[in-house]
Amino acid sequence: MSRLCDLSLDEVTDGIRNQHFSAEDYVSHILERIAKLDADIKAFVSVNSDHAIESARRIDSKIRRGEKVGYLAGITVGIKDNISTKGLRTTCASRVLADYVPPYDATVIRKLKESDAIVIGKLNLDEFAMGSTTEFSNFGPTRNPWNLDYVTGGSSGGSAAAVAAAECTASLGSDTGGSVRCPASFCSVVGFKPTYGSVSRYGLIAYSNSLEQIGPIARTVSGVVRVMNVISGVDPNDDTTRTVASPYSVESNRNHLRIALLNNLTVNAQPEVSKCIYSAMDTLSSAGCICEEITLDSLEFALASYYVIAMAEASSNLARYDNIRYGFDLDPEGYEWNSYFSKVRSNFGEEVKRRIIVGTYVLSSGYYGRYYLKAQKVRALLRREFKSLYSKYDVIIAPTMPILPFKIGEKIGDPIKIYYMDIDTVISNLTGMPAISIPAGFSNGLPIGLQIMSDDFQEQKIFDAALLFERTAKIQVRSPL
Amino acid sequence: MISNYSTKIGLEIHCQLTSLKSKLFCSCHCNYREYSPNENICPTCTGLPGTLPLLNQTAIEKAAMVCMALRCTIPNNILFYRKNYFYLDLPKNFQLTQYNAHGITSIGVDGLLGYGQGEARIRRVQLEEDPGRLSYVKGSSGSLIDYNRAGVPLVEIVTEPDFHDPKDVRLFLNKLASIVEHLGVCDTSLEGAVRCDANISIGDSRRVEIKNVSSFGDVEKALKFEMTRQKAMLNYEMEIRGETRHWDEQRKITKQSRTKEEEQDYRYFSEPDIPSIQIDEDYLKELHSKMPELPDERKERFINYYNLTEHVSKVLIEHKDLADYFEESAKIYFAPKEISSIIVTDLMSYVDDNSKKLGSTIRYIKMSPKQLAEIARMIKEGIVNRKTAKQLLYEAVVSGKLITSSENETNFRKIDDEGLILRSIENVFETESLAVLDAKKNPNVSNYLLGKVMELTKGRVDPGRALSQINKKLLEY
Ligand SMILES: [Zn+2]
Repeated sequence: MSRLCDLSLDEVTDGIRNQHFSAEDYVSHILERIAKLDADIKAFVSVNSDHAIESARRIDSKIRRGEKVGYLAGITVGIKDNISTKGLRTTCASRVLADYVPPYDATVIRKLKESDAIVIGKLNLDEFAMGSTTEFSNFGPTRNPWNLDYVTGGSSGGSAAAVAAAECTASLGSDTGGSVRCPASFCSVVGFKPTYGSVSRYGLIAYSNSLEQIGPIARTVSGVVRVMNVISGVDPNDDTTRTVASPYSVESNRNHLRIALLNNLTVNAQPEVSKCIYSAMDTLSSAGCICEEITLDSLEFALASYYVIAMAEASSNLARYDNIRYGFDLDPEGYEWNSYFSKVRSNFGEEVKRRIIVGTYVLSSGYYGRYYLKAQKVRALLRREFKSLYSKYDVIIAPTMPILPFKIGEKIGDPIKIYYMDIDTVISNLTGMPAISIPAGFSNGLPIGLQIMSDDFQEQKIFDAALLFERTAKIQVRSPL
Repeated sequence: MISNYSTKIGLEIHCQLTSLKSKLFCSCHCNYREYSPNENICPTCTGLPGTLPLLNQTAIEKAAMVCMALRCTIPNNILFYRKNYFYLDLPKNFQLTQYNAHGITSIGVDGLLGYGQGEARIRRVQLEEDPGRLSYVKGSSGSLIDYNRAGVPLVEIVTEPDFHDPKDVRLFLNKLASIVEHLGVCDTSLEGAVRCDANISIGDSRRVEIKNVSSFGDVEKALKFEMTRQKAMLNYEMEIRGETRHWDEQRKITKQSRTKEEEQDYRYFSEPDIPSIQIDEDYLKELHSKMPELPDERKERFINYYNLTEHVSKVLIEHKDLADYFEESAKIYFAPKEISSIIVTDLMSYVDDNSKKLGSTIRYIKMSPKQLAEIARMIKEGIVNRKTAKQLLYEAVVSGKLITSSENETNFRKIDDEGLILRSIENVFETESLAVLDAKKNPNVSNYLLGKVMELTKGRVDPGRALSQINKKLLEY
């Protein structure tokens, strides 16, 4: 029999509901596992031990009394540490929020709690979600459970690593330019970026508002779908949310999907990655899908456009961290206001400072038209082109990452190289359309992810394709630890 | 020589939408004045990480009404922008406002407002949030921040530099204040509810901004001071620098701002968290039908219905409170000329002597409109002479008590007799034969006829009943 921690999300909820094991047993087991493994992996920033056990006991007593329990009863969810949790420190892996305890829950947290999911702890990230490796964290890098010398990808590195190492059932990340899908690919788990407006951002500490969505990570497609069924939907606290077609089904009932492989992205990829994606296309063909290759020239401008928009919005979003109302311990006595402000903001990490400076520059008068406005035009163009592609295809596939995971520290001195890693994922953030990364294979023991994208609110098509691939390809999703 | 300089003045008026229940982007109270510091706050208006602005739809409605009253064009697509700058009273270190440089998306543009003999073009009207407030502690170098006001909705009204004389600025501001009062969007008597910045340039000299003028009354004084200062400099051939100056309320002078304000780059971009707001024709049509009576319309009505002079009507409508007080009183005893003249001459000079503005104090005087009506009646009936009436008035204003002498009751009984009413109407129709002809074409004139009937009967008939009789009678003509 497999260990409790190895169970999939569906197996956990079934097991607890049918009293094969108690929620308390399960949570205790997960906590023990965190205690044993996390010193090496460093996925967690805070562990919510006491509350987790308490919640588990509440669920167990409900079940014993024969009361109804929630849709996600007893699962343990790790939360990226840029999502506000009431009473639980939320740091964004930054020194400037080192002591910040939110007085309110993000909408996704409220919904998870209402469905009896258990918040097991807060997970590491690149500071303010700015990075693609989880090396830019004030707490130090998270390590890849498949090989501890390697990066997890980012910025939701803690969220992907914790799920891959079975330190939690599922997790939430945020995806601004690939921050859920990149680490999901590097850690061989399933990570999903919903359509913009599907999931409330209320409580998500903003990096780039117009691009980002909160998204789930799990070891199975159905785990991701079930978490989506809880967290998605219109939220009166977020005016950008829209009605979604949930609940999504976990039964794939479409085998004849029309699929296009975006070959600009395989051409640019490392040969091992490219080979793996073509073999994934063969797998889908053999399962009954109609696959062909396409090229899209306008993708050339996507990455530059993404970074201009993201950094511009970030420079404004991060202006509020002046340590006046909340933040960290720094006595203002003896400072004149402007110098205190400079002192406070010198505590941002290098990458965050870089993005604030670039973002400030591209919004400056005289440069707005040259950068920000142009980037918005590229964005609109991409959206139009993808809209027309989806009149011909159900889903589009591509690599999630153009490269294999690499060693910690290998690229940290070269920010441009790190930005280039996002070339395949930023597309869906610019168009606002949904995308998933699912495990597609390994090269020398290092994971490769397949990205499946679709049109606005066509998440079901993505889930159908992903379920079909998962069932047919049978890729290992549990790390060796 | 001085007269050769042409003066150009433009205004930027901030007007809080005080009648709203909640702030512009959260559910905290709009009326922040009743709270202890930092009591009227929430995660959103203090800019806590992860919070999102939720647009107060009623604020759009109120701002659109202001735009309609100022004859602005309202675009079909409204956006909010971030104005990025660092200041202690600004919780997010950007202000949510509107901006037209990347396409017209503010709530209103290209309006026009007439005042006195002139008119001024309105460049734009925009909706934005008020920042918090700083207070400095005496004897300490520190300052305190109160966020109770942060997020309170404001309309900013920007005029073209169409004024040449500070006197016109005063007339314009009075008119504007009366409009927002009549619209019911702003109680201008509340401290800080209306603020005005002005810019002034003389001849070819650079523009000087005057900030921090917290009462409309002081704007004229500040501009007069500034004109004198600048003209004196020009006479001595001194160069006028483009700068920002602050109005010193105590010393009644403008002062160079302590910190030299550089040309700020606000890095405007549209707020991603607030989807664009569509305003369609139907919405505007419905809003138009809900528009309350505006000062100009009210003035016309006062002239036609109450038969008041242009001047008296203008004085009354300058403050909604005053006009309301007058109408309430005239409703009780129909002697509009007497009542308005008591208000405009006796009551206003009394209040002026007590060095307060009547507009903001009328609601605090103790005399009720009914008591004023009673005084008017006693004058009309010859019960008291004007000198005694004035004394009675001042006593009532202060004490709220009206000492009346014994009255001849029969003179006041309401006229219930249909025949008597009809006879009065016939009398009026005879003496006002020209107006009767007019009334057949223009229904407004029947109000004038009604006024005459009320005058004749000393207000002792029910106006509604009389009006329907008049209209019936008109059909027979
Ligand atoms: Zn608030």
